[in-house]
Amino acid sequence: MATLSDREAGLLRGLIGQVRDMLAARVAARPPDELAELTGITVGPTTAPTDRVLARLLPDFHREDATLSGGLRALHEPELLAAKDGVAGVVLDTCPARGGRVRLSDEQAQAWLTALNDVRLALGTVLEVTEDMPDELPPEDPRAEHLVVYHWLTWVQDSLIQAVAGT
Amino acid sequence: MSTPVELDQTQVDPAANEVGTEDRPWLTIVWNDPVNLMSYVTHVFQKLFGYSRDEATKLMLDVHHKGRAVVTRGSRDKVEIDVAKLHGAGLWATMQQDA
Repeated sequence: MATLSDREAGLLRGLIGQVRDMLAARVAARPPDELAELTGITVGPTTAPTDRVLARLLPDFHREDATLSGGLRALHEPELLAAKDGVAGVVLDTCPARGGRVRLSDEQAQAWLTALNDVRLALGTVLEVTEDMPDELPPEDPRAEHLVVYHWLTWVQDSLIQAVAGT
Repeated sequence: MSTPVELDQTQVDPAANEVGTEDRPWLTIVWNDPVNLMSYVTHVFQKLFGYSRDEATKLMLDVHHKGRAVVTRGSRDKVEIDVAKLHGAGLWATMQQDA
């Protein structure tokens, strides 16, 4: 994980920002909770997001038992959203806006891995990537350019894993 | 640290004909998805659960080839936490009670 170009940094920061905004919208959509205000214990919604990107980022706890799944979602989703927002924030703090050298501590590198994964999940869901996704799509395919970005993110994440794997 | 458990391993308790539902252990299941990198999944298993690189790789390959794998097992509370941790890492994980 060495150097990002101006364009690459802009791209990454933009994507991270978009995912962060999506997550923030989910937080904002939470109905006001008097009990939470009294106890300080935040509870999330019990139903999965209808948006498929959010649904992938915030999965169910149980595939069949909707009641259990909903209860656990309410319990855990606030923390999950906070964690995802946190790692996105680390990337925005440590990725120079105009590109250049990126130096990360171990902890920051782990945050980058998680944040990169979230962005790849978001983009991959929208692009409907499959196991045998081609390297390129025909130029007429509206997804073609986005797929290039997706593959680049994959390479960035994989490079970073190789770099931290030694530690 | 525990070793990965095969999905079809059955717990046989000769004394228990009418074991209450609470006695059956819970399983943390990770499901295959086309986005998550094999290297990342392996890394997550090592980092979250202390598996060796070899153990984590084997589990990851189970997820990849079989579509799903049991990555931890235990009490409902423990498995719930493990699933939450996996969600934090972006993996598709659910919990279910052992059959």
